[in-house]
Amino acid sequence: MIKSNPDDILIAGLGITPVGEHWDKQLRTLALEAISAARQDAGELVPEAIYVANSLAPVLSSQTQLGALVADFAGLRGVEAYTIQAAEASGGAAVRQAYLALQSGRIDVALVVGVEKISERPSAEVEDALVMSGDADYEAIHGVTTAAQAALLMQRYMYEFDLSQDAFAGFCVNAHANGANNPMAMFQRAIDENKYAKAPMLCSPVNMFDAAPIADGAAALVLTRAELFPETPSHPRVRIAASSQATSTIALHDRQDLLTFNAAIDATNKAYALAGVQAKDVQVFELHDRFSIFAALSLEACGFAQRGEGWKLAKDGSIRPDGSIPICTFGGSKARGDSCGATGVYQIAELCLQLQGRAGKNQVPDVQTGMAQCLGGTGATAATHILQRIDGS
Amino acid sequence: MQLPRHWRLNKQRYALEGEVCTHCQAKIFPPRDICPECGEEANTPLTLSGRGQVYSFTKVSQPPASHEEQAPYTVALVKLDEGPTVTAQLTDLDENQQPVEIGMPVEMVTRKLYSDGDRGLLIYGYKFRPLIRQS
Repeated sequence: MIKSNPDDILIAGLGITPVGEHWDKQLRTLALEAISAARQDAGELVPEAIYVANSLAPVLSSQTQLGALVADFAGLRGVEAYTIQAAEASGGAAVRQAYLALQSGRIDVALVVGVEKISERPSAEVEDALVMSGDADYEAIHGVTTAAQAALLMQRYMYEFDLSQDAFAGFCVNAHANGANNPMAMFQRAIDENKYAKAPMLCSPVNMFDAAPIADGAAALVLTRAELFPETPSHPRVRIAASSQATSTIALHDRQDLLTFNAAIDATNKAYALAGVQAKDVQVFELHDRFSIFAALSLEACGFAQRGEGWKLAKDGSIRPDGSIPICTFGGSKARGDSCGATGVYQIAELCLQLQGRAGKNQVPDVQTGMAQCLGGTGATAATHILQRIDGS
Repeated sequence: MQLPRHWRLNKQRYALEGEVCTHCQAKIFPPRDICPECGEEANTPLTLSGRGQVYSFTKVSQPPASHEEQAPYTVALVKLDEGPTVTAQLTDLDENQQPVEIGMPVEMVTRKLYSDGDRGLLIYGYKFRPLIRQS
């Protein structure tokens, strides 16, 4: 039984919008959709601070100062507001900043909104923006893309552990099966291993199904301390049991061991210690499957598999909703779609739905403890959160 | 156009100038001033040989806008003989004769990396080609 403390940080409300190509919507309107849904879910709480998770607006939308933009547009003119940028880990990083502000006691209600507008530009220009999360002077200058970086990892992984491409099929099959039951997902059709095997090559050995689609999206969370959020009969309360963040080298070539996500290891071990849990206690793991190889390396970094064996959990079905360590239960980046800086907020909102029993057809039974982790760049930043359901009195 | 940005890295781009840590002798590239091995100050220049092996590689067919004119091209992690690993393109490949593979010996050459913006500043720097054995 997990009991609440007055200073627990709770997720009071959440809002998720569909990931896709929203040609007709501005960044601010997309953000407002998620904020409105989250505020409605949270009841009476009025945010005192806004943390906007975003990575690409300065490049793709020619817009900085998203804090003031979003506060004004969301009818919260006057509150303090910031953009939190840690590339694709911005979402988790923003939740952590809100968490720290609430813990300090200076802020009572915090709003986190992850928002990204990708469809503003042609794909080659989007790729120009995405590669900025690597080392501009020593990686991007050579024409490396994010898919190429994943391919460099996957190629070496397959070489060292003597694997063929089909070792990774299970990640994609699971993600699409889960996405099929998520009305917010960009892809809502299941695929099989055969379809994966026939997928065209994107950046060998990364094929089209190994890479997540990057698209528009917004998700929001209202956070507060338990003392300010009385128990409600509508759904169980969920607390952030641990929040942590760590970094590794920004450039892939500077890693001591290419095939170890050190930031993920460090952030997760800190989170486990803070929450007093171990990998075996985690019932759902929303990891950042921007590429299949990221999923394998994340499972290894977080203690669910030995080095070089993360792919086996996909092969044997352990990662499915009925398996021992369900991942990407709403489709993950692969099928839900990856909204870059917003992804970490999607993950935590989805995990919260699992803990509250609101996950629909992909509900994992009786989830008490779950973990969400987003990665910036090629694992240069990792932001990890452990959520727990609080049992009523 | 980012003139100073490229100018200041000439020694790295044209000559693979890195550093050696005088405390633990670690060879460092790119230069970073604090040794990643021992944490001490490292700012003694060291020019690397430019010889190494392919550690991993891939072919890019959907490039960023900046490199569109070169596609498709092969990108690799090259482990240099002195220790550091660098990201670079492979060039002068004849893949029918000699397919790229992990462990392939390569050597540095200077080539055009890309042209910067509409004004067409040409950026040169290191790429790697299959090692030409000297008789």
